Amino acid sequence: MSILVNKHTRLLVQGITGREGRFHTRKMLEYGTNVVAGVTPGRGGEWVEGVPVFDTVKEAIKATEPNTSIIYVPAPFAPDAIYEAADAGIPLIVCITEGIPVQEMIKVKNYLKEKGVRLIGPNCPGVITPGEAKVGIMPGHIHIPGPVGVVSRSGTLTYEVVNALTRRGLGQSTAVGIGGDPVIGTDFIEILSMFEEDPQTEAVVLIGEIGGRDEERAAEFIASEMTKPVVAFVAGRTAPPGKRMGHAGAIIEGGTGTAQEKIAAFEAVGVKVASHPEEVSEIIEEVL
Amino acid sequence: MKLHEYQSKQLFSRYGIPIPQGEVASTPEEARQAAEKIGRKVAIKAQVLVGGRGKAGGIRLARDAAEAEKVAADILAMKIKGLPVRKVLVDEALEIAKELYLGVVIDRAQGKPVMMASSEGGVDIEEVARRSPEKIFKIAIDPLLGLKPYQARELAFCIGLEKEHLRPFSSIALGLYKCFVENDASLAEINPLVVTSEGKLIAADAKVVIDDNALYRHPDLAQMRDVDEETPAEREARSFGISYVQLDGEIGCMVNGAGLAMATMDVIKLYGGNPANFLDIGGGAKAEQVAAALRIILSDPKVKAVLINIFGGITRCDEVARGILTALEEVKPKVPFVVRLVGTNEDEGRRLLAEANMVTATSLIEAAQKVVELAKT
Repeated sequence: MSILVNKHTRLLVQGITGREGRFHTRKMLEYGTNVVAGVTPGRGGEWVEGVPVFDTVKEAIKATEPNTSIIYVPAPFAPDAIYEAADAGIPLIVCITEGIPVQEMIKVKNYLKEKGVRLIGPNCPGVITPGEAKVGIMPGHIHIPGPVGVVSRSGTLTYEVVNALTRRGLGQSTAVGIGGDPVIGTDFIEILSMFEEDPQTEAVVLIGEIGGRDEERAAEFIASEMTKPVVAFVAGRTAPPGKRMGHAGAIIEGGTGTAQEKIAAFEAVGVKVASHPEEVSEIIEEVL
Repeated sequence: MKLHEYQSKQLFSRYGIPIPQGEVASTPEEARQAAEKIGRKVAIKAQVLVGGRGKAGGIRLARDAAEAEKVAADILAMKIKGLPVRKVLVDEALEIAKELYLGVVIDRAQGKPVMMASSEGGVDIEEVARRSPEKIFKIAIDPLLGLKPYQARELAFCIGLEKEHLRPFSSIALGLYKCFVENDASLAEINPLVVTSEGKLIAADAKVVIDDNALYRHPDLAQMRDVDEETPAEREARSFGISYVQLDGEIGCMVNGAGLAMATMDVIKLYGGNPANFLDIGGGAKAEQVAAALRIILSDPKVKAVLINIFGGITRCDEVARGILTALEEVKPKVPFVVRLVGTNEDEGRRLLAEANMVTATSLIEAAQKVVELAKT
């Protein structure tokens, strides 16, 4: 078992003919992901890496029955791509795109909620279930199957932690990048509850960073709802207030969103917080 | 991107929000002329993009044009939290009966805009939130529907407005929300929203923050960017698509990925150093990108050593190493470097760098220890 994606994932790639879309389609295929179709408006009938391209998501669904979509469409057009996938009936959408205006995202989020469609991201590395499916841009080879669920707001920092886990022989059930934007489709709590339900997952790594209160809410959820151990890392202890640290969502505003507050919230409910990324794998080894 | 008060007020007035009569001035002479036009008591307000202007002496009253000129000269000679005051806003001074607060922000957790109002205006709203949270009233807005007039009225009743102020308050609230949405703001705030002794509602101060991700569709707003908002290095970084934030430490950092960049800074601190900057070079790490990043890092004279931390991932480490070497050739730094490369072809990447006499490291901790040591010597 795993969460979100697995060997039954039939993937649609929106923006498949772009540079990123093409490159990562090849990488996902090499990993063994079942990429069934691509969409680029006006490019229907072409093939990319042996995958058929359609003009619309509707046509792609009719011909190839995908159950998940990944979006590599540039920011100005990404919300439209999300709506198209949702309206066509795709239940799980992973949006890699960085730079979508937050006012667009709040509309997307509220629309998808009404439709019951799950969105991961945007501005995220995607989701991987090692050995089964890679739906994203993460390096597949650093992952191995195993009992550790990983959820993170970051990209390369997640690879760093996963790499350390793998070197200790600690495999991953699923690793989910939820995205670095202030408003995202799926938050920590939703992924934590999926890991809690997933029989393969025995422990969870949560990688947070400055900005917002998602980590604090996750700490409350862990205290009241989770039986599995969670180990946290929070990036940005040295980040100054009022400055956006790369990610649109990584900013300390009005005195809230500091790493110190988030670490305190985790420690208050007994969640162990690593002081550096590598220590995460040491603590996971202890708790398993 | 933060807008100045005078820019925010110009935006507000386009949405029917009453603002004081006023003009922006860059010289004492211009301030005098502005005060003459207003013809009575004025407020001279420093236009800098930091909080706490008032406490720093950046907001003062002047009885007439002559005094306005003098006061403006004083304020224009000031630095507030390190930022030079280049402009002042000369506004008519209002006769204040009451100060309210009205603002719109994005509530990240709900994924909705939230409008907030309080009868405790004129002070920092975070301060009110700490001291008396019951005095702040919030309404979540459905972004697909927008703010409805009844919601604006509800807020007015909550903060105890008189009946005659209901209509002007609602009109201001609806205007503010429209301004927030149409300009892709992440914050639009009137603090204080003044009730004058004549019973008028006027936005005495204005604060607007525009979502950087949306500037591509607001070229007019993008032009309003104040060069003083960023350091020259931050400005250069932005032109290369590099995220860079200057800090006070002595160890320059170059990292791929924002989360890893923050974690790298934290580990430097953990091992006794202080990061000089946050820098995310983004994906790929091509030679020209690396060279630009190095120039930016080294433009900070405080930097005594540099840590490069790259998680190769899909990018090949040997390519990254070559990029770093080409960039070093061009930039010729005088401070020591520690490079940590992980990912595909990492051994080859490390070999290339070691041949060029660079200090390499396999783990982040080892890299941090080495760079902290080098920065001391």
